[in-house]
Amino acid sequence: MLSLANVWVEYGDKVVLERVSLDIAEGSFVSIIGPSGAGKSSLLRVILGQDRPSRGTITLDGAPLPAECGPDRGVVFQRYSVFPHLTVLGNTLLGLEFAGAPLAARLFGTARREARAQAEAMLAAVGLADSLNLYPSEMSGGMQQRLAIAQALIKRPRILLLDEPFGALDPGIRTDMHALITRLWREFGLTIVMVTHDIKEAFGLGTRVLTLDKRRHYPHAPHRYGAGVIYDIALTRKMAAESGEDAGITIDTIGNN
Amino acid sequence: MRWVNRRISRGNALLLGAVPLALLALAYLVVAAARHAENPADKILPLPGAMASAMAALVFEADPLSGQYLFWADTLASLTRLGMGLGIATLSALLVGLVLGALPPVRTMFGPTVTAIAVIPPIALLPILFITFGLGETAKVALIVVGIAPFMIRDLAGHIAAAPREQLVKALTLGASSWQFLLRVALPQAMPRLIAGLRLSLGPAWVFLISAEAIAADVGLGYRIFLVRRYLAMDVILPYVAWIALLAVAIDFLLARTSRSLFGWAHKAEH
Repeated sequence: MLSLANVWVEYGDKVVLERVSLDIAEGSFVSIIGPSGAGKSSLLRVILGQDRPSRGTITLDGAPLPAECGPDRGVVFQRYSVFPHLTVLGNTLLGLEFAGAPLAARLFGTARREARAQAEAMLAAVGLADSLNLYPSEMSGGMQQRLAIAQALIKRPRILLLDEPFGALDPGIRTDMHALITRLWREFGLTIVMVTHDIKEAFGLGTRVLTLDKRRHYPHAPHRYGAGVIYDIALTRKMAAESGEDAGITIDTIGNN
Repeated sequence: MRWVNRRISRGNALLLGAVPLALLALAYLVVAAARHAENPADKILPLPGAMASAMAALVFEADPLSGQYLFWADTLASLTRLGMGLGIATLSALLVGLVLGALPPVRTMFGPTVTAIAVIPPIALLPILFITFGLGETAKVALIVVGIAPFMIRDLAGHIAAAPREQLVKALTLGASSWQFLLRVALPQAMPRLIAGLRLSLGPAWVFLISAEAIAADVGLGYRIFLVRRYLAMDVILPYVAWIALLAVAIDFLLARTSRSLFGWAHKAEH
């Protein structure tokens, strides 16, 4: 579904990512891990459309991806994902209001009632049915991330991008959130790309784990070599539920080594 | 307990805050009484009785020449000028600050212009304003606007531009256009900051109001102070200054209350 062909990300003469070629299948849950500074978030920002790759192409369903964030890609960040000035309901409605009212960006009457019902159903799915009128500052970190997920999913994005979404949560809440995202992934048939620091989380949730790191390291100019995908691991146990394909641990399936 | 870690209860805070003010008043009374013991006709530090009788003439008795109650006419004129100046400055800060902060092309084009205007001392522009707008109300209101609007614009634009990038990206992934982002995200998030900027601008706004009234006016709190200065009428000047301070505190308090009741989400983190 989503294809990256020979993507490079460079800032000035600093190479962050080099020669990244990937195909992400519909319905997969891709975890991206790697050491700090290996370009995990850069890769996510490129897919998101927040940054432009300096070389290479990205296509979604065969069509080149627009170079700007759009409603086809939803996102949940570690922080600042929700709007502090809107209630839980307002945050969730916002995506529908943008689509339904180009000028006023607000819905009224029947349209609002329909959108509200849709938003309430989505909030019930993430477990926030009782908190419709709370502001984000009145909620815990876990609740805010639930809201961020509901807010993104209401647009039915083709891909949901998660940038260390559970990194700031305490371990108990994190386990709850893992169960939630797995359930939503199954129920909505989502395609998810998640960046994480937590290796256990990456393997626990993903159907495919990508490891980013530098293939080469030149000590006199460490910034001149970027990171690439060094391990691309398909997790057969979860894939088996969806298809009969045999998959194993393959080192760099695209033959860059 | 170490002083950096002291917490003061609400009642004690009121009491502690009142002590220095009461001491100041007491010190004034002692010195004034001492001067009057030496010279009963002293005008420099009038006693409370003298102030009360001088003010009663302005507050309760119509001026025989104009038929106006001068104190109230002064207050009304000054508050009208101040209100218009603050209103126009706030509205322009909101409009200009919003587009300047949220739209990078506009910021690139007009940011330097706003900075250039902001560094001019407003009082230096007063002659230009008097020449352009005449000696009427327009010039006085214009001085307040010119004096505080650039600061408010820059403060608001900076605040909007410094919002986490995640907020913009999130809005874009929800399908927002530039207009929708301005209307539903940037504008509501700017409002509490706008009021905060307005509160900070109150002090300068009063300075510009009093300056403009001192130079050319026929009514107004600043005009009256500078008028009676010629007769060493401290018994009028001191109560007027206290009244200005009271008005300033009341406006500030009202703005703080307004912000808290209209934009509660911005103040919840404070508790």
